[in-house]
Formats: sequence, structure tokens, C-alpha cells
Amino acid sequence: MSALRFIGTEAPRPDAPDKVAGKAVYIHDLVRPGMLYGKIKFSSFAHARIKSIDTSRAERLPGVRAVITGYNTPEIRIGFIKDNFALKKGKVRQYRDEVAAVAATDPDIAEEAIELIKIEYEELPGVFDPEDALKEGAPLIHETDPRGKHRTDNIVPVPWKFVSGDVEKAKSESAHIAEGYFTTPLIQQSCMGTAGCIAEFDLQNNLLIHTKTQIPFLAQNDFNRALAAMGLKGKNTRVVVPTLGGSFGTGLDTHGYEYISILLAYKTGRPVKIVLNREEEFASLSPRQPTRTWISQGCDREGRLTFRDVRMILDNGAYTSWGATTPSVMMLPISSIYRVPNVFYETKIVYTNNTYCQAMRGYGNPQAAWALECNMDQLAEAAGMDPLDLRLKNKNIPNDITPMGLNITTCGHEQCLNAVAERLEWRKLRGKGAAKARGVGMASLFHVGGSGRVYRSDGTGIIMKLDDFGNVSVIAGGIEMGQGFTSALALASAEALGVTPEKVTVVTGDTATCPWDVGTHASRGAFTACNAAILAAEKAREKIFKLASEHFMPRVHFSLKLRKKKDPSFEMPDLNWERICDPSEFDLKENVLFLKEEPKNPLLRVTLEEILREAHFKEQGTMIVTEAFYDPCNQMLDAATCRGNLSATYIFGAQGAEVEVDVETGEIKILNFVAAHDVGRVLNQQTIKGQIYGGIAQGVGYALSEEYRTSKGRNLNPNFLDYKILSAPDMNFPIHIECIETLDREGPFGAKGVGEPGLVPTAPAIANAVYDAVGVRITDLPITPEKILAALKRNK
Amino acid sequence: MKKVLSFVLNGHEVSAEIESHKMLLQVLREEFQLTGTKEGCGQGECGACTVLVDGIPVDSCIYPSFEVDGKSVTTIEGLLGEGNVLHPIQAAFVAHGGVQCGFCTPGMIMSSKALLDETPMPTVQEVRNALAGNLCRCTGYVQIVDSVLSAAEKIQAEIKQ
Repeated sequence: MSALRFIGTEAPRPDAPDKVAGKAVYIHDLVRPGMLYGKIKFSSFAHARIKSIDTSRAERLPGVRAVITGYNTPEIRIGFIKDNFALKKGKVRQYRDEVAAVAATDPDIAEEAIELIKIEYEELPGVFDPEDALKEGAPLIHETDPRGKHRTDNIVPVPWKFVSGDVEKAKSESAHIAEGYFTTPLIQQSCMGTAGCIAEFDLQNNLLIHTKTQIPFLAQNDFNRALAAMGLKGKNTRVVVPTLGGSFGTGLDTHGYEYISILLAYKTGRPVKIVLNREEEFASLSPRQPTRTWISQGCDREGRLTFRDVRMILDNGAYTSWGATTPSVMMLPISSIYRVPNVFYETKIVYTNNTYCQAMRGYGNPQAAWALECNMDQLAEAAGMDPLDLRLKNKNIPNDITPMGLNITTCGHEQCLNAVAERLEWRKLRGKGAAKARGVGMASLFHVGGSGRVYRSDGTGIIMKLDDFGNVSVIAGGIEMGQGFTSALALASAEALGVTPEKVTVVTGDTATCPWDVGTHASRGAFTACNAAILAAEKAREKIFKLASEHFMPRVHFSLKLRKKKDPSFEMPDLNWERICDPSEFDLKENVLFLKEEPKNPLLRVTLEEILREAHFKEQGTMIVTEAFYDPCNQMLDAATCRGNLSATYIFGAQGAEVEVDVETGEIKILNFVAAHDVGRVLNQQTIKGQIYGGIAQGVGYALSEEYRTSKGRNLNPNFLDYKILSAPDMNFPIHIECIETLDREGPFGAKGVGEPGLVPTAPAIANAVYDAVGVRITDLPITPEKILAALKRNK
Repeated sequence: MKKVLSFVLNGHEVSAEIESHKMLLQVLREEFQLTGTKEGCGQGECGACTVLVDGIPVDSCIYPSFEVDGKSVTTIEGLLGEGNVLHPIQAAFVAHGGVQCGFCTPGMIMSSKALLDETPMPTVQEVRNALAGNLCRCTGYVQIVDSVLSAAEKIQAEIKQ
């Protein structure tokens, strides 16, 4: 590969100027002509029969245009296994169940109308603890499955189990074993821009929906099914995605409010906007699942891992989203982080009357890493080893196939561990801080780095369209949600095509004009789209060079004649102006075509736009539009054995923290934080750091402060005073980021996906540092001062 | 009940008949279509709606609109110079990666403006404290703090010239 001009620079984001000027248009800012405002009436109980709904007073309120319930609209089934409904009939199973909705001319009227809807319930016994829900005689959340078959338990029919080798035998032969029990709470994604949509129908009854989603094309499919359920079979949906105020997994499923605006728009014949306010966002969007994990690991006398046994229970809540597939990603580190021959992993996902969950950044990996990496430190202690040495002894290595069938190609695990150790001064500080209540801790991460085949397709499309002025529209199926997708794609497209980045406009977020993509998830956006852009650029270059073979020499001749006219002293070179060049003789860099043999000759240069205009403005002309569909070389997991090479490459990393614990108050102060990530290749220095810094902040929140608290299914902290995401003063500690470039052969310019991993190992690194500082191990997140003090008291 | 408000908005004298229960945020977004000011929580907790009233940063989502009568309000739109020239703070957020999803950005920049007007060369700690009421979920604040510090230097350098 020749020297890169734009990849790896610190280029500002193309979307930043509009955002800093307040000109970016989010769903909150969008108004459509004649638009109505929708509002949802949520359940007043966690589990109850609906006895009656009286909407008459709401209907009579001036300004109200429609009131809908499950009883006066077609049934629309939603969710991963279609166990959920847009509007509920018969019974409610969680507080956030949508029972009715209104559309009105003004948001205040809509709110007033909701208050006027009277619903009579008969409360049912609820179950709020997943282990209680597994007990015999527990109330059934769903009496029947989506096919109408009678159910006898609360187990979600999405089982996950992976077995490799013989764990029981390995247990009996291990020199050291460490057991642990770890839990994680519900976590709210807390996007600064809340969720919302505007649905409207055209006169052919096709749907246009502006909505906050990460999966425009899968959403189109979901909404087309809804249209069919509404008697509009064959009608189409156009999904348009406005600027997103963060997403972090919230956009991986379609949601009740989207279907409700569709129903209201159809009923009223007008655009209907529903934007959740902050309290509604807390109460009615799906958070990250809480987990309970029983783990044990063993090693031999030399510290080599012998087995890993992990059993989990996930609280699904009342309905099932794509979040039920997060164990497929939990399984990656559980089966494959550090080399371990014998593995048992089983997860039960359980219905309760709690809010139903979905995926959040990390897709199960933060929950898995919490148990794995804390337990690694427990095992190091049992074996009398330094936790760094145990990790190095069992580190992942390049060119290795793990028991799960993950084909590790490039792997910077060892470099990451060493970088963290060096930066933290591990050898000097580890185990020495007891007197000062200071300590260091670290944890590793293993995640998909080359997308993940969660769906049958893992593909993404790119269309590259060149105009008269040498501008390039890169039309992509993926989504910008703040992570820097457009920035990475613009740089990669410019680099691959041979133009400068300011010539590139990335167009996203419209199912009617953009090529298909399976969704922006699994840290796959830049990895897949940049790979597709490289393919599309190759095709475009071929076409450009073919055009150049005809037009290059005549254009050179033309411009030199012009020059001669202006400057009679200029001497025309003696060249064959009629020469038809071979396409293979050309190269294109920074918007200029030249002959490879004479790259420095200032006379033999023609701009790309000149050639493109020649192509357009002639008889029998042509244009340059190319497309590519990139589907990575990875595999779906085998349904029975859960084996398969899920990702085209894997990302590794390590994070470490130095902390000080105040033994009087239990407060934890982070003194220093280091993150070393094997990123394959840095596409944009600025945005990659932004992803890792941001991930760490979410990880520190996960570790120390964030907890979506509930009481009998009701959320107790639906606001930012009580649900504590970290502020600028909270994050006041040095963070050092080291990007390790392993140049992956599958990655665009060698890059791996980096979106999610930043937060994966953060919490266990901090917990391990706390243990090193004061000798207490907190096993249930978040690590609050109360828990520290209680544990210190027990230790005395 | 409606009330006529007169105030200075981004340097222009304006007046409007406003329902008196409306907050300043709603007036800015609905009456004046200045949608650069964002509603992140509606409860004065996240700072996305920060604007300057007589130079002081306020959460416009809980600031009663009738209180701006006779005062001067500056929103993110007011920072942009003629010909779409970014204010040095805005330019610094672009140059230093202080923006990701961008939803908190207008409020973050308005709080930064108030800080730099008061304290032209702040310390890191002063920047972090000034932004304590502006939550961001994307960036971890590192590049935001860098942006503000760099803007401070730029503004001072311009003044010296």
C-alpha cells in the first residue's frame, strides 16, 4: 500500500460545523405541514387485567383528532419473537405497556387528553426477580406463546449454551480454582437526544417515517409488516433518519411509539409526531439487561487456565427484543478471552414484570467482562500470582482458532497488557498501596472487530456518484449517530478513490435512496462501509481511467494551447496529442490524473473534473456511478453448538486504573486511567480517541454510579439527578489512550471496529484496583461508597 | 393567559405575544424557530438548553419566559458571524473533536462562552466546573475541555493582535 494521505490524520468531522452552529436537524426540530402531536397512555400497573377503557372524554376534548386503543386498531405484533404488541389488550405486563394513545393539534392538548382516558384494571400478582420467576407456581407473564400454544414457565424460548472440552474433569485436575458470583444492574442508554418519530402517509397509503433508528432497512421491513397487519399489504415504507442525538443500542429494535404514530397517522390522515420526554424515555425505552453470573475458573501450577464455567440468568422483562441475542456476543469473551481449553457456558433468559430490555453498547460484553475479569483477579490471588502475570501467561495470540471457532488473525493483546502495565507503573504500584488505600487494577477486552453476523446477512451497500465538478457523493446504508461514521467513511473514500476529503459528501439515512445495510451495530459501521467504499472506489477508478485513456492527451493539448495563447513565449512540448493511452497507465491522486510513468511531469496532469465533464458533455456520453455490496467473511453461529467465526476479525484491549479509596467515606477517586486498544489501524485520530474516551466515561459510570433502580417493576429514578451519568468534574482524572496498530488484512486500510469496546473492561479494571487498594471485592455494580464501607466493616 | 414580551434576541429587538406558562426554551424554539437550543430533559438537569440571559448562562427549559422581558438573550445562533463564520469557541469544538452526536453541543458552547467572558484564561479545573451542569453522553468531556482551552488561547491571541 502506498503512503496514506488522509487515513490516520486528525481530520475534523464533516458534520461538526452544523452541530456547533445549532443547525443540525434532530427529530425534535422537525416539523411537517399539518402535523399532529401524539401521546401515549402507559399502564398504571406492572401486571393487571384491563377491565375497561373509557376514551369518551378524551375524544370530546377540542383539538383531539384521534384516540386509539388495542381494541379499535388492528393488532400489530412486534419484537424479536413477536411476543409484544403495539397497543395492549387483555392484560398489561409492565408499567410501560402502551394501553391507549391520542393525536392532537398541540402537545398540551395531547397531554390533557391522556389524563382523560379512564382505564379500569384488576391487578395481578407480579414477579420482579428472575429467580422467583423460575420457581414453580410463579405468576405467568405470558400464558401463551406467540403461536397461541399454552406456556407453563417464564423462560424466554431463546436458549444459549456453549460447551467445549470437559469442564468437570478439568476442575478435578486444576491446581487452583476461584469461584465468584457477580451481578450487573439495569443501565439506561441516556442519549442526550430523546427518541421520537414522525409518521405520515401519502395518497397511495405508502408510509414515510422520520425516526431515530440504527436499522433503517430492518425497520422498513418491520413497518411493512405492520402495514400488512393494518390491511395495507404491498404498501411500502420509506424510513428517513434525522440527525441522531446518540443511540447506543436504543435504535436496534423498532418500538411501540413508532407503531403508535403510524396507527395515529393512518387514522387521522396527517403527520403525527411522538417525541418522548426525558421521564418517558427513562420509563418506556428498553435499558441494558441486568445479569446474574456464577463463574469459576481454574489453572494449573504454572498458572495456565484449565477451565471456565459460567452460568447466567438474564432478566428479560415482560417482552423480548433483539437484546435476547446478546449472549451470542457474551459468549465471545466467555469462550475465548485468554486461551482456555475447557468451557461451559449457559444462559437462561427469564420473563418478569420488569421493563423489557434491549441491547446497549457492548451487546452483553460489559456484563460478561465484569464477571470474567474480576474472577481472573480472584484466580490470580488463589494461585499466588500477580494478576498481570496470570493475564500475560494466558494471553490471546495471533493466528489462533479458539474452541468456539473464532479465527483470531491479528491480535495485539500482549502489547495492550504491557502498554497498560507500563503506563500505570504496575510493577511499582501493584500490591504496595495498602497504607495509602491506593491500588491499581486492570482488565482485558475481546470483542468483534470485523462486524458480527447476528443476522443471515452482514452486508452493507455503498453507491459512489461523481458529478461535473469532481465531487463525490458516497451514499451509504449505515447511520451516523455521533460515533464518527461519516468522518471515517469520507476519509476512506477519498483515500481509496484518489480525491481530497472535502470533495466527498456522505449521504445516509434514507431507505428510498441509500443502498441496503443490515444496521449500524456491532462496531461494524466504519469497518463494513469503508470496505464497501474501497470496492466501489476501485470500480470508479477503472471507469475514470477508461475515460482518461480517450480524453487525457486531448485535454492536456487543449490546456497547453490555452497557455501558449496567454504566454507566447511558452514552448509547446513535442508530444503525440492523438495518443490513446492505456487505462493501466494512469493514476489518480488528490483530484488529479497523471501518468504513472511521469508522476512529476507538471505538463501531463488533468483534473478529475475536466475528465468527468468531457464524459458528460458529449454525444453518447457516460456518467460515473459505481456501487459495491460488502459482506464480511464471517459466519453465523451454528444454532445447536454455538460455534462459528462470528466476526471477520477481533479487537483486543486492556484498560487499567489507579484509584484511591477514602476509607472514612467509601469514596473512590480515580487517579490515573490507561486504555490500550488494538484498533487495527487508526482511520481518524480525533474520532477514534473520541470513541474511546466516551466509552471510558460510560464504563466509569457503569462502575461507580449508574443504576436504573426499580421497585416492583416501577422505575424510581427517571431523571439525571437520580440516574447519575458522569459530568465533566466527575471525569477529572488523566486518561491516556494508546492505539496499537496491528493492520488487519480484512480491515479497511487494516482498521478494526472500535465503537463499543471502550467501555467493556472499564468497570472490572476499577473493581480490581479497589481490591488492590483496600482489599474489598465489590461484586455487584455499581461500586458505591455504601458498599465499600459495608465491605470494609465486614473485613475488620 | 397571554403576555407581550419585548427583549433583545441575538442582538435584535423582538417582541412576541406569549402564553405566560411557556418557558424560554419553548418561546425560542416555537415562536422564533431557533431550534439550535435543545431540550434534553426539560427539568434543568442536563444543560442542553443553556442560553445566556444578560450574559449569564441559564437553563432555558425552566426559565419562565416572562422573566426575559427587557433583557438580552443570546442563543447558539447568535454566536455565528456574518457569512457563517464560526465563533472561536464553535471553531475550537470543530477542530478538537468536542462534538459527537452534537445534541449537548449548543448548551456546552453557551456555558463555555459565559465562562470565557468572565474568565478569559481558565484552568482545566475551572473549565470542568463551568461545564458541571452540561451533561454529555458521547465524549467523556476530554476533547470538550481541550476545545474550550484552545478557544481561550485563540481569543486572547486575537485580542493581542
